Amino acid sequence: MAAQLKPKLDALEARLASLSLPEGGWSAAARKDALSRLGAMGLPHARDEYWKYTRPDTLNAPEAPKAAVFEGSETPVFSARDRLKITFVDGVFDPEQSDPLELEGITIERLAEAGTKDIHWAKDLYGVLEVAGQTPVERPLAALNTAFATDGILIHVTGTPSKPVSLVYIHQDPGSDAILHHAVKVESGGEITLLENGPAAARFNKVLEVDVADGGKFHHVRAQGRDHERRAATHIFARLGTESLFKSFTMTANGVLTRNECVIEFTGDDAVAHVAGASMGDGDFHHDDTVFVTHDAVNCESRQVFKKVLRNGATGVFQGKILVKKDAQKTDGYQISQSLLLDDDSQFLAKPELEIYADDVACSHGSTSGAIDETALYYLRSRGVPRREAQDLLTLAFLAEALEEIEDDSLAEEIRERLDGWLARRRS
Amino acid sequence: MLEIKGLEVKLEEEDKQILKGVDLSIEAGTVHAIMGPNGSGKSTMSYVLSGRDGYEVTGGTATLNGEDLLALEPEERAAKGLFLAFQYPVEIPGVGNMTFLRTSLNAQRKLRGEEEISSADFLKLVRAKAKELKIDAEMLKRPVNVGFSGGEKKRNEILQMAMLAPKMCILDETDSGLDVDAMKLVSDGVNALRDAGRSFLVITHYQRLLDHIKPDVVHIMSNGRIVKSGGPELALEVEHNGYADILSEVA
Repeated sequence: MAAQLKPKLDALEARLASLSLPEGGWSAAARKDALSRLGAMGLPHARDEYWKYTRPDTLNAPEAPKAAVFEGSETPVFSARDRLKITFVDGVFDPEQSDPLELEGITIERLAEAGTKDIHWAKDLYGVLEVAGQTPVERPLAALNTAFATDGILIHVTGTPSKPVSLVYIHQDPGSDAILHHAVKVESGGEITLLENGPAAARFNKVLEVDVADGGKFHHVRAQGRDHERRAATHIFARLGTESLFKSFTMTANGVLTRNECVIEFTGDDAVAHVAGASMGDGDFHHDDTVFVTHDAVNCESRQVFKKVLRNGATGVFQGKILVKKDAQKTDGYQISQSLLLDDDSQFLAKPELEIYADDVACSHGSTSGAIDETALYYLRSRGVPRREAQDLLTLAFLAEALEEIEDDSLAEEIRERLDGWLARRRS
Repeated sequence: MLEIKGLEVKLEEEDKQILKGVDLSIEAGTVHAIMGPNGSGKSTMSYVLSGRDGYEVTGGTATLNGEDLLALEPEERAAKGLFLAFQYPVEIPGVGNMTFLRTSLNAQRKLRGEEEISSADFLKLVRAKAKELKIDAEMLKRPVNVGFSGGEKKRNEILQMAMLAPKMCILDETDSGLDVDAMKLVSDGVNALRDAGRSFLVITHYQRLLDHIKPDVVHIMSNGRIVKSGGPELALEVEHNGYADILSEVA
């Protein structure tokens, strides 16, 4: 390890030269702590086991590689929805394009105002789950985020708001580098849906911490799309209390480099956590889903469903782990990662892992790579459906299991339409 | 309707000749049956006519209403009115049966330059046709053929046929895996579609099905050729004496 640390620390030093610690207020202590942790681990390195399939260089670099801004007429997803909209342009909060940060059942604050406001509940949350998520595997980019995040949305959920909170990310500057850190605390009996969409910046480092208390419910639907050249490293850290529910779905279309990490820990019994992703890559596309689920409570259910459609040399990565601790009896853990390779140039790299110390559990995992089912294709064509249309129908069918993880039917349908549109634009 | 002349087909992957000069002429409004021992080429013929990959036509022609069938893509053949009821209907997880039916119907209409069917008309049509075949709403909602019993799969084939209203229907061993009641249901479905403008080619091993779907002409296929043709009595002869007599007679 020591031999490897030097280049990691060098990379960190280079990166830190271009960053400055924001005015912290109540978050200052967490930021300082994150910076000191970061100083001990350095930035990710290509020789790190956890970064074997995804090169961290461009995520580490002092400057964000330029990314052309999306040009297209397609209306952003979720636009027509009744929602509380909060907009960030290149990582900067835009009040003009945002609704007032008020909604019955929740309290919303901005991280950027930490210097001037004392928000006691956020203090107990900010960076806390990120720290917990650093073992057993280091996640330096998340620590970097906690130290340097310039803004973010903090949500305290005490009731059940009538509409979702919708974070909209707009990318305008081809060289923008955004670091945002959101945190959600769902109190007992509270329930919220968080939506996220848009490309955010040329390079985006984002952390979302979600603390769900006993009986709380959290739903998350995210759409990472549009810009082809953008890069993103995102982390979700979730902690689940007794009988709580956590459901997160991510659609990713395009993007030269996306690393989505999701770290879930069950601390209360009888809780449920589902995390799913449907991603579609065409050409210069590298998409990495890295998931770590820790069962440390009795009778909890976790599901990981990740599907990737890859063409023209696109690469998909899945690293998923279920860790079941000694006393986490009656654990029900499921993990599936599958790729649909539409040509011989594309590749899928998968590393499914189970580590189980309890003796009364049901855990399963599976990973497959395959092409379009020729027999099903022929069947559809024999009924009059042209080849490309039939292929797209089967591609959507392949993604369906991931989409089923979206509980709200209308949201699922909206995502399905987006996927369909993506495929239709590539039909020739 | 369907004219097949000297059709010769081999497997694409290996040098194996399956059809060795098939001649068959099916007039509009008639029902033809093809019987024959295993491996005689019956199913291959149905696949080649519908355009499945993996076969190479090495000789002969096949036309549908005068149009060269073999030059068309499978979806174009379907749009021109050809329909194959599969011996083994394919399961498609993730695609709902209703979506499948509506997509197929509209795709064919589009290929023919017709308007798409409205949702209301489609629902009306599918409910009526499904009812006749005792297909319930649950079956229509499920993914195509996934978790269907053998009988349900075959009824689902006939439902597709009824919805798409093709001109030339090929039924590949539609009776296999059916119990007596299911066979009656499927046959009634087929008979309801019989009319002057529609023809059927029924591929079967057993005369039983032909009790329900009465053929005008029966053909015996063996070793890649049609070796004998006759009236419905030919099927009875097969039922009683097997193929051996007929085959030795024509050999």
